Amino acid sequence: MLAAGRELSKTIGGQVVAVLLGSKAEGLAGNLAADQVLYIDHPALADFTSDAYQKVLAGLISEKQPRLLLLGSTSIGSDMAGELSIRLGLPLVSSCRTFTADGKFVCQICGGKIYAEGELPAPNALVTMVPGGYKPEMGQAVKSPAVTRIEAAALDALRVSIVKYIEPEAGDVDIAKEPLLIAVGRGIQQQDNIQLAEDLAQAMGGVVCGSRPVIDQGWLSTSRLVGKSGKCVKPKVYLALGISGAPEHAEAITDSNMIIAVNTDPKAPIFEFAKYGTETDLFDLIDPLIAKVKTVKG
Amino acid sequence: MNIVVLVKLVPDLVEELNINPSGAALDMSWLRLIINEFDDHAEEQAILLKERGGGQVTVIVPEFEGADEVLFTAAARGADKLIKLGGDFIGANNHALARACTDVIKELNPDLVLTGVQANNDLDGPLGPTLAECLAMPFVGYVSGVAAGAGKVTVIKEYPGGLKAEMEVKTPTVLGIQAAEQPPRYVAVSKVRMVMKTVTIETRDAGTLDGSGGPVVGRMFQPEAATHAEMITGSVDEVVDKLVSIFKEAGVL
Repeated sequence: MLAAGRELSKTIGGQVVAVLLGSKAEGLAGNLAADQVLYIDHPALADFTSDAYQKVLAGLISEKQPRLLLLGSTSIGSDMAGELSIRLGLPLVSSCRTFTADGKFVCQICGGKIYAEGELPAPNALVTMVPGGYKPEMGQAVKSPAVTRIEAAALDALRVSIVKYIEPEAGDVDIAKEPLLIAVGRGIQQQDNIQLAEDLAQAMGGVVCGSRPVIDQGWLSTSRLVGKSGKCVKPKVYLALGISGAPEHAEAITDSNMIIAVNTDPKAPIFEFAKYGTETDLFDLIDPLIAKVKTVKG
Repeated sequence: MNIVVLVKLVPDLVEELNINPSGAALDMSWLRLIINEFDDHAEEQAILLKERGGGQVTVIVPEFEGADEVLFTAAARGADKLIKLGGDFIGANNHALARACTDVIKELNPDLVLTGVQANNDLDGPLGPTLAECLAMPFVGYVSGVAAGAGKVTVIKEYPGGLKAEMEVKTPTVLGIQAAEQPPRYVAVSKVRMVMKTVTIETRDAGTLDGSGGPVVGRMFQPEAATHAEMITGSVDEVVDKLVSIFKEAGVL
């Protein structure tokens, strides 16, 4: 977002101000590529709840009247954006991937298959952003920006509180460390078919993982989830079987050395960033592939 | 517990998606609409809560082709009350939908309003947070577990990377459901047909829709990919041979 803000400010002018909310968290402002950091401190901001965070942001936006407020399209930013839109009467543009050279928004919808472009609402607007349009390192600075600390007004009568955090389960294998991943998506169709992927993984010495729909069905444990809400992976080879390549999955596999996609849909977004692809049906392919692998291995 | 579930119908991404002649919206004329999968999970979560602790589940669907079937299926799963919001929702954004059902939901006086965490065609943010502010209720999204309590619910909220948090939320509240505690249950078509004979759908007129707060799309298009995978074609055996040589080249075989 900082990278996006920097690029956009070259077109429409203005300063890039990073807003950091927390409790005793000022140290996190260190390498943000912003012209200024506003740090708002309050004990109730130690953990994220949209109840507390949007109250603070609403006050800040009303006072500062930024041209744009950029939020991540995440379980933090997305929880707040709609509330702020109604509360402050500000237009909201969501799932924005990039801004054009003439300052328009470009949003990504329908699993990455459709882009929507338009003029940024004026005079002020909220925008939630998805990853992929800018390099994160362009939002990091060598020099620390000036930090202005603001004490938040009283935050009482909050309706949401955190009881505890739950760390992700360890699982029998850490897929983030595996060099060969055999990934299954919706295209695997049924739980019994996962065995095909397991057989291939065993023959090749790889590990099976899956996209969100497969894990939500309970066909693989959550420790095998690859995606925005699971693990980011960077294997030598990511063999994607029946995976469309929707943005929430794509963002977690882009650092793979090589992605090979097997999908009968020629328009599957995964073919746009995979190195190799085939439209051959995975159900026709797997058994002969296992047999050939076993022959080669001897 | 009195639970309302708000369900949207969205484009089926398996289908061919085309842009309409205006160049700024999807061509809806032949587009198949299906239940938003996250709303499907929200409905399942509502039914689970009712099965565990009693109460009533009301499902609200805006008027789209296929809305009746979605509502009757909800009843076959265990929903008690079915409401169809009458109006022209083609092209309506989430701000419009949230405002359109605010009064209906307030009248139902729910403890919980469940909706999916997002939908594939959202351009003005997901529905849940916008709806929550219209209803002056708190909101927690990306929820994958809900337990009812006295005057509150305990929810599991997901963060990137697999981290989760257990949170307490005072009711009434809106929740954006990422995943129900079990996959949405299947009901046989025969059961849905039986339900159609006995259950009625209440229609409420949404009135004039107010979509202010959403973006104006100037152009909608299918992105031209800068790159494309090298496609492997041929017979199954030819594809297998090529894949094996790629695996060797990559050092995994």
